[in-house]
Amino acid sequence: MHSKFKVLWIDANTCYGCSHSFFNYKEFSSLFDEIEFLYHPLFLSNDFSIQNSDLLIVEGALRKNFFRMGYEFNELLDSLIKRASNILALGTCAVYGGIYGEGLMFNKKEKGKYFDLNIINLPGCPPHPDWIVYILNMLKSNKQILLDELNRPKEIFAYTSHMGCVRNEYFDWKIDAKDFGEKEGCLFYLQGCQGPFTHGNCNKILWNEVNSKPRAGTPCFGCTEADFPKDNLFKTDTFMGIPANIPLGVSKRAYLTLSGVAKSLKNDRLEKKLINYLKEKNEDR
Amino acid sequence: MTKEEKKELIMKIALSLFAKRGFYNTTISDIAKEMEMSVGNMYNYFPSKESLAKELLIYTSKKFGEEIRKINEMDIHSRDKIKKIVELYFETAINEPELIDYFIRVYLSNKEIFANGCEGMLCVSAFVTEIMIFFEEGVRKKELKNQDFFAAFGLFMGYIGGLAFLNKEGILTKSLYEYVEPVSENIYNALKV
Repeated sequence: MHSKFKVLWIDANTCYGCSHSFFNYKEFSSLFDEIEFLYHPLFLSNDFSIQNSDLLIVEGALRKNFFRMGYEFNELLDSLIKRASNILALGTCAVYGGIYGEGLMFNKKEKGKYFDLNIINLPGCPPHPDWIVYILNMLKSNKQILLDELNRPKEIFAYTSHMGCVRNEYFDWKIDAKDFGEKEGCLFYLQGCQGPFTHGNCNKILWNEVNSKPRAGTPCFGCTEADFPKDNLFKTDTFMGIPANIPLGVSKRAYLTLSGVAKSLKNDRLEKKLINYLKEKNEDR
Repeated sequence: MTKEEKKELIMKIALSLFAKRGFYNTTISDIAKEMEMSVGNMYNYFPSKESLAKELLIYTSKKFGEEIRKINEMDIHSRDKIKKIVELYFETAINEPELIDYFIRVYLSNKEIFANGCEGMLCVSAFVTEIMIFFEEGVRKKELKNQDFFAAFGLFMGYIGGLAFLNKEGILTKSLYEYVEPVSENIYNALKV
């Protein structure tokens, strides 16, 4: 029998949200068939010791004069990194610093302490449990994980959270949800939604397999991005009424032209509540 | 003359007739007469007077849009961009008054002609998009105040359109050129941070 894939999970400055997200993986207990957790701060694992691992998972942001298990954290991390075959920065804090500001490869958008290391970055506040398991499965079966320029797995971060949004038709026709919590209408222009420029496939795979923020009526907060969290999460940043951030991959000129055309043409079906549109049509007959 | 060139010539003549006499007082046969073409042949180029009017709108909007785009792409302060846009507009009003007249006398005064196919921004998007980019970048660079788009758009376009109209009416006491400086200054003062 081949030996289990050895994971050492270490907690830096963290709220443990990434851990809790991981615990919600639907087949959580089956993971232990092939994976051995040398250490995890929250569930029963072996006593901590500095040792070799197949994968070192770092949850949380860095900070000076911060201690874990009797070690100064940065020194502890150096020792663990030296003994790890793979390193995963888990969550926006470990990747970009999050609310603390200092991550492994990045301090927000600047280069961080471990910029030159080959770290897999899995941002998200929290990262989706399926993302973590994707990394575990790929690594333990010795498959190559394709990474983008920020070392994020392309399989996950080539998408935006806009993709799969059930409000996309409203986005296309520029029909906004006027108030918080409205079931219909796009959240991009008035409610602060960052979906069109936030990387991640969460709106495609969904949370708990049922829902996502925008589907439920809360704007995407951009939790996988370096500048997370921004101020005014429920309000869209605009310059003279024009969104300060536009969808990825399109020029501002092209985007404004297309938006103007969509707004001018109008879509009667989506202008009012869907159910009312149907009722009126029936009444006409 | 290629078909495309002929089409452009028809548009040029139609533009000047529409601007001078208005849309309803100009007939396809008036335009054909000026073109020394038969009315039947005219319809090979434009299926109706309305379609000609719409194409003219797209044409003028594109022309202005392209010029404003050049200004947008210059690495200069918003204050100087405002001056260049005002200059462009007033120069056009002086040298090609039919373009401005067409916009004011035909487009803005006879929206019913444009209701089907040119609604909203459809036929003027080339121009409006560039104005949007001008405003957006001005705010982004912290040179202009962040405010409602239409409040700013109306102030800018309404003001210079009004001046061009007064000029056309012969009411202004000075040449339109002399208004470039004070008008630009007023617009900047109203829009600046």
